[in-house]
Amino acid sequence: MKALILLSSLGVIALLAEIFSVKKLLYPIVLLGLITAFVLNVFDWDATNNIYYKMMQFDNYAVAFTGLIIVVAFLWFLMAEGFFKEESNQTDHFALVLFSLVGAVMMVSYNNMAMLFLGIEILSIPMYILAGSNKTDISSNESAFKYLIMGAFATGFLLFGIALIYGATGSFDLSEIANAVSSGTLSSIFYVGVLLMLIGMAFKVSAAPFHFWAPDVYQGAPTVVTAFMATIVKTAAFAAFLRLFSTAFMGAHDTWTNIVWVMAALTLLVGNITAVFQTSTKRMLAYSSVAHAGYMLLALLAGNSYSNSAILFYAAAYSIGSIATFCIVNIIASAKNGDGIDSFNGLGKTNPMLAIVMTIALLSLAGIPPTAGFFAKYYILTSAFVAGNVGLVLIAIIASLIGVYYYFRIIIAMYFKESATSEVVEVESNHKLLLVFVAILIVVMGLFPDCVIKLL
Amino acid sequence: MITVLLIFFPLVAGLLLLFVKGPQVKNIALGSSILELTIAGFALIKFHRDATTQFEWNCNWIQSLGIHFHVGIDGISMLLVLLTTFLVPLIILTSFKNDYKNPSAFYALILIMQMALVGVFVSLDGFLFYVFWELALIPIYFICLLWGGADRARITFKFFVYTLAGSLFMLGGLIYLYLHTPGGEHSFDIAALYAAGQKMDVTHQGYVFWAMFIAFAVKMPIFPFHTWQPDTYTTAPTQGTMMLSGIMLKMGTFGVIRWLLPLAPLGVEHYGRVAIGLAVFGIVYASCIAIAQKDFKRLIAYSSIAHVGLIAAGILSMNTQGVQGAMIQMLSHGVNVVGLFFIVDIIQRRTNTREIESLGGIRNVNPQFAVLFLIILLGSVALPLTNGFVGEFLLLNGVYQFSAGMAAFAGLSVILGAVYMLRSYQSIMLGETNSITASFAPLETSEKAVLIIVCAAIIAFGVFPKPLTDIVAPSVDQLVAGLRVALGR
Repeated sequence: MKALILLSSLGVIALLAEIFSVKKLLYPIVLLGLITAFVLNVFDWDATNNIYYKMMQFDNYAVAFTGLIIVVAFLWFLMAEGFFKEESNQTDHFALVLFSLVGAVMMVSYNNMAMLFLGIEILSIPMYILAGSNKTDISSNESAFKYLIMGAFATGFLLFGIALIYGATGSFDLSEIANAVSSGTLSSIFYVGVLLMLIGMAFKVSAAPFHFWAPDVYQGAPTVVTAFMATIVKTAAFAAFLRLFSTAFMGAHDTWTNIVWVMAALTLLVGNITAVFQTSTKRMLAYSSVAHAGYMLLALLAGNSYSNSAILFYAAAYSIGSIATFCIVNIIASAKNGDGIDSFNGLGKTNPMLAIVMTIALLSLAGIPPTAGFFAKYYILTSAFVAGNVGLVLIAIIASLIGVYYYFRIIIAMYFKESATSEVVEVESNHKLLLVFVAILIVVMGLFPDCVIKLL
Repeated sequence: MITVLLIFFPLVAGLLLLFVKGPQVKNIALGSSILELTIAGFALIKFHRDATTQFEWNCNWIQSLGIHFHVGIDGISMLLVLLTTFLVPLIILTSFKNDYKNPSAFYALILIMQMALVGVFVSLDGFLFYVFWELALIPIYFICLLWGGADRARITFKFFVYTLAGSLFMLGGLIYLYLHTPGGEHSFDIAALYAAGQKMDVTHQGYVFWAMFIAFAVKMPIFPFHTWQPDTYTTAPTQGTMMLSGIMLKMGTFGVIRWLLPLAPLGVEHYGRVAIGLAVFGIVYASCIAIAQKDFKRLIAYSSIAHVGLIAAGILSMNTQGVQGAMIQMLSHGVNVVGLFFIVDIIQRRTNTREIESLGGIRNVNPQFAVLFLIILLGSVALPLTNGFVGEFLLLNGVYQFSAGMAAFAGLSVILGAVYMLRSYQSIMLGETNSITASFAPLETSEKAVLIIVCAAIIAFGVFPKPLTDIVAPSVDQLVAGLRVALGR
């Protein structure tokens, strides 16, 4: 809760900074603010706070996901320093990013449908603008426009669903809805409401068949914004999705499991298979991000004691791996004027450091031990196994084999193909530090996952 | 403690090696692998010749899931740790005449792979075993990708996906067992997994059997999961091929002994017949293809399929002779195949060809090489008084107890093996010296050293195998007795 307040005030400070022309100080202030927010967040541990008349609930679930979001945001700011320098209106960027972080924190801590809706909107509206922040680039504009249209569409579904559920249960409160569900007979509009909310959330986490916006938006947006969408937005959306379905709708389990089953299978297969055919790395990572949503759906569907920590760990492993890959794609794409897989050719020779970090990150995304991604997949598969979804486990195994195929295309390009030029790509020293740190973090999380999973 | 040291010493050495530049890299790599061999030798001296698990180390790793860092060495592990630590210095020594680009990465990967291999052989926790099992794949993938021959990207990738696919099935099997471990908290400890597996009925043990068998069968490889192997062995750099065939292949056979048999004894009894059939068919199939090969390296690759088929058949017969023979043969095959691939490497570096037909008469130019080659070859075709004989005899005996018909087919491997090996020796070494072989240079010191060590090992183990069988026999007896109990015989 304190973290939420601090982040909001940081956003306001960022807006005010324009007036007092202290723009240069803003970047360190934001980094410091994030560290403080993380520390404040830790103090909320085990102190379940119901605030604003149970509108929000800062239980350990919320604190853990808030912590993850703040850590990833911190890494993201280190990665995206250039993004805040390039144009005159940099304060807009700061404020927009900070406000969408506020939205993300609300999405992991809501206890009321109204707050869920507010959180999603506070997160999304800055993202629509950020996706189009490269104003002179037509694909960035396209990306923002598509994101806005599709996002608004999904919000419509969500809102309609909330209204129907309110009609059926008479409450916006998650626990009261859960009580109404367990107390027995509900009118059929409740189930329609659940279905509509499911569709809305599936849009937000880009689960098939509602994933079509994701590749275009991810590809068109500036790479740092894509990284933000693929990590923080996705984590928050999944945390919200899980919170909603594991508390309020758990009693109506039978009505939505089959649908989520099909969705998970489709997301795994469509995401992975389509990624194989991409030549642009950014677009490939976009499809892979769709595929990763499929794995997380497995844990959501399982709905057992493993689910929460499985999704927390998976989101952490996936976000950290994605920060590394997007950072490197950004560096390569700006140095070589293109993000095709062939722009990675010969990187193992020219920039061994970049190539090694990229390899570790890709191995993690592909789920190979001893990286964090392996344990994340293992844990998801265990939770699905416990729930008896053996069929989905098999599909997930096949899907991750397909995943290996396209992740290794980049590895093969880096080490096997010859580069047209032997030019060394310039890397800023703070990016180097960030990448080495992230690579170590990936391995450490893979070797000692206990420090994350025992949280929930 | 000594087990932990055995695992992590090569890792530390490998990582440090990454920061070394210059011509000293080879020597440092060789030195650290010899140091590792010394540690293994020390363990061997302290090792009691009985069936207990020794030098155990057990601590919590991922506490909330019942995953432990549990390692230890019994007779079966001891033999394979010895094999690994004995072969790695030899393999490094074989590379002394090669000039690989970026040598520090090359040797670091070999040492890191050694760490994973030792880890596989000493793990006593299912999850830990799986992590080491997969970990072994990454260094060898990069060794093959970075230093391999033509078309390596496609071939090594096929190898990677094949083995990964097999492994994922094994992971599924392990999770399945884990969720059936008795007691409130699930555990990946080997004893708990054994208990979980043996408690299941035939159908469920059958699932476990197939899930895990596929992983091991791909690794060995057994027909029809072998299609990655000839290409990979042929394109990999010599040292990579040696790591693959000499040691990594044993991960598969070891996995069957340590994990598959005790986890699903009923499953093995029920479906083992099919698996043995595949293995035996693979023996004959691979031998026939080997006869038709023109490329000597490829021929050895196929002969490796034949040998490992016999080992697998012996193990799956689930009797003392079969398993005991498999253990001895794993060791012999490891040594012999490294020798053979080195012979190929020596010939190729001097003549720039591996075509059996285009060579000939090397004996006239270099008789010393001819003798050393002959000894290794005889070991490989299992002539009495060489190391190959002991293992092959026990294996055939074991398969015979299972089924006389199978043993008859499996016995063909001895005859067919003699056919292709002697024929190629004849064609490469004997006959008229031609323009390619006329200038066959004498052996360098490092080459001589490797070949002599291999030959000495072949003869020593052939004449006097008792020290080795003493290490492994009590553990094998205990394993087979345990299986009898589990099967209710």
